[in-house]
Amino acid sequence: MADDPYKILGVAKTASADDIRKAYRKLAKQHHPDLNPGNKAAEEKFKAVSAANELLSDPAKRARFDAGEIDESGAEKAPPRGYRHYAESDAGSRYAYSNAGAGAGGFAGADFEDLFSNIFNNRGAGANRTGPARGADAHYILQADFLDAINGATKRLTLPDGQNLDVKIPPGTEDGQTLRLRGRGEPGRNEGPAGDALIDIAITPHPFFIRDGQTIRLELPITLPEAVLGGKITVPTPAGPVAMTVKPGTDTGTELRLKGRGVPAHGSQPAGDLYVKLRVQIGKPDAALEAFLRDWKPEHPNTPRAAMGVAP
Amino acid sequence: MITIDQLYIEFDNLSADDLNRWIGDLLLRPQSVNGTLVFQEIDVARLRLIMTLRDEFEITEPAFPTILSLLDQLYELRRQLRRFNAALEETVPQDIRSVLLQHLER
Repeated sequence: MADDPYKILGVAKTASADDIRKAYRKLAKQHHPDLNPGNKAAEEKFKAVSAANELLSDPAKRARFDAGEIDESGAEKAPPRGYRHYAESDAGSRYAYSNAGAGAGGFAGADFEDLFSNIFNNRGAGANRTGPARGADAHYILQADFLDAINGATKRLTLPDGQNLDVKIPPGTEDGQTLRLRGRGEPGRNEGPAGDALIDIAITPHPFFIRDGQTIRLELPITLPEAVLGGKITVPTPAGPVAMTVKPGTDTGTELRLKGRGVPAHGSQPAGDLYVKLRVQIGKPDAALEAFLRDWKPEHPNTPRAAMGVAP
Repeated sequence: MITIDQLYIEFDNLSADDLNRWIGDLLLRPQSVNGTLVFQEIDVARLRLIMTLRDEFEITEPAFPTILSLLDQLYELRRQLRRFNAALEETVPQDIRSVLLQHLER
């Protein structure tokens, strides 16, 4: 990046903002990496051109560069990942031409056998060409709510071609797990079987439940009277609220276990537990409470930091 | 997962009309889960490409389907070549691959 940005864009030092914009657009069109996949030289050139433009298109930065206050890389910043990065990975199949569905018309998507039939069938007089062939697998990503993944749910996925796919998410599904729907992929050729739909489950985090294998953790606020006097409280669980008793004199950080209230049993896995960590919430300032505490003579004076060698 | 609202934050010159039209024309294909549109990273990157084509390259919208479909075909081909390459690596012995490579380099 240690090159003169004026040279990179091919403009004079006196070029107007308009000249610079035109020069940048011309070069960017030519070298954009999404339009030149796999061409390293174009990618490097595009980066240089973008950086040069970034610097020279900003009057303030250009002035500082001209004045020698910042160097060529002064304006360099990592551009967001290009479309190419995703388009060339398996995720790109979402925009595969053969996936375009109704309206694409004219061009039957080049599937593998079409593409390479010459290589494999030259010798065999095309014998395989007419045989049945299994359709390709189709890949999808399904976003699922945390509780749907824990308890199981059926989600309707609308495909790009307008068809609906009802996906049954089994209880206890984990983030990144792949579900396979047999026969719901691309159709087969010459009476070959259809491919499968492979559905990656992406789970949205829950605002207060955290999953840890079969265990679910929850931090639960309780009031000062509940902590001091104890009492019955209601606890949210993935399967719905349950009642729980807080013992008198319960401290912040106390962890209670609700057996079998974590991830429900599924497959060979037994049901997990729900761990509830209590947190005392003092709440807004309260005149009566403050007055009481000022006059309060504790029955057992507490020195909680004594073990840390500090007092008071 | 990226929601429509996050898209508007990420692209401050994105209008709802444009977005809806591009989705309607299948230029962008977010998933619809229980009626809610859900975008993945590839959709965001593709939206960025579409907006670059329009705003920086001054390509007019009627040309989008042609350009994007050519790109889609190109990327499909490149994905297939990548898979083909992986299959060759897994199944074809090294010496045969060398012969093939020599032949291609001629």
